[in-house]
Amino acid sequence: MDFPSGLLTVPGRTFLHFLAYLGQLTALMQELLIAFRSGVWRLKLVAQQIVAIGYGSQAVVIVTGAFTGAVFTFQSYAKFKDFGFETTVGAVVSVALCRELGPVLAGLMVAGRVGAAMAADIGTMKVTEQVDALRVMGVHPVDYLVLPRFLAMMISMPFLVAESISFGLFASYLVTSFGYDMPSTWYLNHMLEHTNMEDLSIGMIKGFVFGMLITLISCHQGLAAENGAVGVGAGTTRAVVISSLVMLIVNFFLSLLLNYIFPIGTV
Amino acid sequence: MAEPTPSTTPTPPAANDGSAPAFIELKGVYKRFGKQEVLRGINLTLKHGETLCIIGPSGEGKTVMMKHIIGLIKPDKGEIFVDGVHVNRLKEREMAPIRKKVSMLFQGAALFDNLTVEQNVAFPLLEHGVRDRKEIDRRVREALQAVDLDEHRTKFPTALSGGMRKRTGIARAIIDHSECILYDEPNSGLDPIGSDIIDQMILRMQRRFSITSIIVTHDMRSVFKISNRVAMLYRGEIRFLGTPDELKTSDDKIVQDFINGRSDITC
Repeated sequence: MDFPSGLLTVPGRTFLHFLAYLGQLTALMQELLIAFRSGVWRLKLVAQQIVAIGYGSQAVVIVTGAFTGAVFTFQSYAKFKDFGFETTVGAVVSVALCRELGPVLAGLMVAGRVGAAMAADIGTMKVTEQVDALRVMGVHPVDYLVLPRFLAMMISMPFLVAESISFGLFASYLVTSFGYDMPSTWYLNHMLEHTNMEDLSIGMIKGFVFGMLITLISCHQGLAAENGAVGVGAGTTRAVVISSLVMLIVNFFLSLLLNYIFPIGTV
Repeated sequence: MAEPTPSTTPTPPAANDGSAPAFIELKGVYKRFGKQEVLRGINLTLKHGETLCIIGPSGEGKTVMMKHIIGLIKPDKGEIFVDGVHVNRLKEREMAPIRKKVSMLFQGAALFDNLTVEQNVAFPLLEHGVRDRKEIDRRVREALQAVDLDEHRTKFPTALSGGMRKRTGIARAIIDHSECILYDEPNSGLDPIGSDIIDQMILRMQRRFSITSIIVTHDMRSVFKISNRVAMLYRGEIRFLGTPDELKTSDDKIVQDFINGRSDITC
């Protein structure tokens, strides 16, 4: 019996597309490195992007962090109380927010808000020939469009993660102190005793890496946009979906690596 | 059917004589997109100060040919020289010196939406390292006066009419004293008066700065008004190359049908 050729061609083609995509991302990374090493960083554009990325994402990151911290506390307190561990809620919520929930949720929100905007902005410029106009004027699109966004994201993302963690912890403190009448000193003591600089560092490092991934993936989708408004829309959707999925996958491996470097519960 | 009537005033400036060196040279240029063969062995030479109009049915590769000259598209086969430099061997970052000599007006003007008219026009100067504010202001004013847009300098592109956008594009193309400007359908979408204003601009640029020009157009009135030579692209090849007078007297039926707007379709 003949082997159905489709069984090999479809996964084969998908794998080749995946390799091509990785190649394009690597080429973009290489151009980014050349742009970075050129020393022309266009600080005014970087500042504008910090306002758009950092300042503009305040609300989503604060609300996400705060309500995640609150609901996590609310759910875990009820269960911990069954075992008589309710005083440890502060420590558990704090470590979870610092190591996982803070950076991952902030990253997902930023991917949705900023990644989509990056892909749409650059994609619109591409299909309206503004990117070609840059090239015609001797300006490399990566230098002008990607590098400022990349630098702004590198600076903004750790702050956004820190903000998300802070508001999550604050909301958690309010829920335990005012919702469950737990003495605030218990909460604070346990939280401070079991949260250390390594936990915070993990959150910041993850934020930095997620920022890099979001910028690379979203700018690539923008620069690859074609076929008018439909192409820009499709590119924007792909930017958010790919950024979010890649972030979640990378987060797992990053957690393994960082937990190896900064083991949990050693303090 | 009315014959296309060349305008009596003004007339295009005389092209350089035969001894002038070639500024742009295309030798056996081939380009294919997927299954569609767009350019099939294009040979063309353009001298300093010459104005060449490229005509031909839509989708025959006129814009593609123009984009080859400025390195936005690489040929599959053939050689392109600009001012003696073999441009299709250059990498993107090596194209900058060529793109200082040759600029391009895009069909939709490709102005940057987030910049005002004066910021758009000043853009090439800033990117090419001019830092003296007074010098920039002087040259922007000069360029905007040349295209009669000085009073609209603070407007954003979205507040401009089609003709004004194209004139802003011309101002941006001439501000850095390019030796050659490529115009991609500068009259498309404009009313007859707006179209005439653009023609006058192009003639003024030729006279004032002796700019070498290539103009892709469907407007036969413009062709007879502004060109020294005309090339007709048909099915990926140059079907006709000669002066506007030779074009009018050509005995090629396809050429005559095109310039007189005759189709074989009967209703």
